[in-house]
Amino acid sequence: MAWRNLFRRGEGKAPDEPGILDRLKAGLQKTRTMLTDGLDNVLRGHRQIEESLFEELEELLIQADVGMKTTLELVDWLREECRQQKMTDPQGVKPLLAQRMKEILGSCSAPLAEGPDQPTVYLVVGVNGTGKTTTVGKLAARCQRRGQKVLLGAADTFRAAAIEQLETWAARSGAEIVKHQAGADPAAVAHDAAQAAKARGVHTLIIDTAGRLHTKSNLMAELEKIEKVLARSLGRRPDEVLLVVDATTGQNAISQAKMFKGAVEPTGVVLTKLDGTAKGGIVLAIAAEVGLPVKLIGVGEGIDDLRDFHPELFVEAILAEGS
Amino acid sequence: MIFGNLSEKLQDVFARLRGRGKLTEKDVDAALREVRLALLEADVNFRVVKDFIGRVKSRAMGQEVLGSLTPGHQVIKIVNDELTQLLGGKAIPLTMASTPPTKIMLVGLQGSGKTTTAAKLAAMLGKRGRRPLLVAADVYRPAAIKQLQVLGETVGIPVFNMGQGQSPVNICKAAVEHGRSHNNDVIIFDTAGRLHVDDELMEELGEIKEAVEPHEILLVVDAMTGQDAVNVAASFDERLDLGGVVLTKLDGDARGGAALSIAAVTGKPIKFAAMGEKLTDLEVFHPDRMASRILGMGDVLSLIEKAEEVMDQEKVKALGQKLAAAQFTFEDFLEQLNQVRQMGPLDQIIGMIPGLAGAKQLQGLQVDESQLRKVEAIINSMTPQERRNPSLLNGSRRKRIARGSGTTVQDVNRLVKQFNQTRELMKKLGTFDKGKRRMSKGFLSFFQ
Repeated sequence: MAWRNLFRRGEGKAPDEPGILDRLKAGLQKTRTMLTDGLDNVLRGHRQIEESLFEELEELLIQADVGMKTTLELVDWLREECRQQKMTDPQGVKPLLAQRMKEILGSCSAPLAEGPDQPTVYLVVGVNGTGKTTTVGKLAARCQRRGQKVLLGAADTFRAAAIEQLETWAARSGAEIVKHQAGADPAAVAHDAAQAAKARGVHTLIIDTAGRLHTKSNLMAELEKIEKVLARSLGRRPDEVLLVVDATTGQNAISQAKMFKGAVEPTGVVLTKLDGTAKGGIVLAIAAEVGLPVKLIGVGEGIDDLRDFHPELFVEAILAEGS
Repeated sequence: MIFGNLSEKLQDVFARLRGRGKLTEKDVDAALREVRLALLEADVNFRVVKDFIGRVKSRAMGQEVLGSLTPGHQVIKIVNDELTQLLGGKAIPLTMASTPPTKIMLVGLQGSGKTTTAAKLAAMLGKRGRRPLLVAADVYRPAAIKQLQVLGETVGIPVFNMGQGQSPVNICKAAVEHGRSHNNDVIIFDTAGRLHVDDELMEELGEIKEAVEPHEILLVVDAMTGQDAVNVAASFDERLDLGGVVLTKLDGDARGGAALSIAAVTGKPIKFAAMGEKLTDLEVFHPDRMASRILGMGDVLSLIEKAEEVMDQEKVKALGQKLAAAQFTFEDFLEQLNQVRQMGPLDQIIGMIPGLAGAKQLQGLQVDESQLRKVEAIINSMTPQERRNPSLLNGSRRKRIARGSGTTVQDVNRLVKQFNQTRELMKKLGTFDKGKRRMSKGFLSFFQ
């Protein structure tokens, strides 16, 4: 696919660099087409701002997976704002909506943290099948490209062949790996990985964990233990606990974020598979309802298709005019 | 769960209607607003919801309010019927070939659970006396082949693979030959995950289909999928003409509205539901149960069925009576824990009880195996009087029990607390419909 190739360059450069917005737009094409075209249609269909316009707007946002609660809040805010500003032209709604979305996403936005001392440690968690191992692999490749030495900790000892999968990513990215056998105690892997990272003087340590449904209390307790053990061997919390969320997920993502928050306090979200979905509106719901910032987004299958998340660019990309 | 108790909400909506003979358009609209919210929160596609509500409305309008049913129940019943209908009515079995081998192809997005489902399906068919062969046709994801091999070994099913060097089409063709010569009567193809918008890879699936002519193509869908589920299902169906759907990760708290969207858009039945990490956790899909789940109304039927499987009928009857009166004792508690342990994870069981899916009191009720032994020891260290009358348990008795069972007073306290919570819960269960005896009897009659 041509537009996916557009992403291949521009890694890690400043967001204001010309061209990156276009590339982001291309990657979010489906989301954009839906929201933009839908929004333009709604706005064009009304001569003035009236109640039916807000109802149609509501439908549009729900269809983008923004969720009932956040949608209602957004639309109520818009309605109130339009009334206060005595706005009558439907076209005025769009910049307001963009402004509000940026506020919601920006209120909890932060770049990927670096540790005060080496190694910087990232713990990657999430439910089954969201793309944790792939994210770890891509993140490793990105750090290696920047000349940082990376060590991976294979703490998914549960899923069949998860360790082999991570080994493949280690080989691809040039990172080192610490692993035990399948079925081993994941906390022990995390501990060994932390010790090895310190001894070998690596810059970044990334720990992959097994996918677990957030409703399984025993598995969440296991995750808490991994984090505790990791924190003890480091002398501080991991610098980021990244919750990996599949962009195709619907309202259950809120439940996931809340339950993981109850166990290991994620510091940010990685939103994966954003290239395939017409939605991604769940980002807004997570920011508004759970207050977790999105740190990275996955926009393709290539090893370098993991991007920093910029709220401004994201909103501009999904709400931009025409092509 | 915000809409964990839809039926209660509808009761409120209809509370004002008592004594009137007919449902008016306004009454129905008010009720359907709640239903609409419940469906949207469950990730049912927006358009599907719209159509659906329209259909229910025309059916519900002007209906006589039957004397025995409250209007709320009646609307729920219509909604439930329509949902069940839309979800395919009855459970539909796998299509099997008249002359073996039956060829089953699994397709879907990345991370939906194809490989695990392939192994579960093979294990299920193996148990039914079939001789399945698993085919590792995912040559893209690192270690996907290895994953299937490990799973195949665990469930004792052979896995055919040609490494990552061959094209999936060639692998599948060769697998059919291999299966024929090895007397396998079912061949299950595990294909790579792909986005429905990825033309190249979708084309590849078409080629595999042409090459092996499968009897059944199953789309594997994550129960947590959002509004996009319709597009995914429609794209796969358009290319491949699906035979059915497997819904995975239903053991979480996702309400699984995707199932409804897919059924509505493709008209294809959901054949299986995957409910856990064990390789035996694959069940035949029951549309009626899913309907209740999407509405957030619990899954009474599954619960009853599970209970019937493991519980001694006589004991159940006695327990049922005690539950209703909230009179059960530590002895019952112990017995019950043992039975519940046979039914499966407690959190799952509780999720099936109507109105309790989100109850706060349940947070402390997680049972893990080693804990159970401790609980047993504590209860065994109580005197018969104490077991029958827990209010006797003062400080010094608790100390004695802790010493006797080799636990701490905190452990004993925790157990007593849990016991009281359970009792509280049972009381709630018994008076499910706000003190109406009809309902509690109705529920208990399931146990008899």
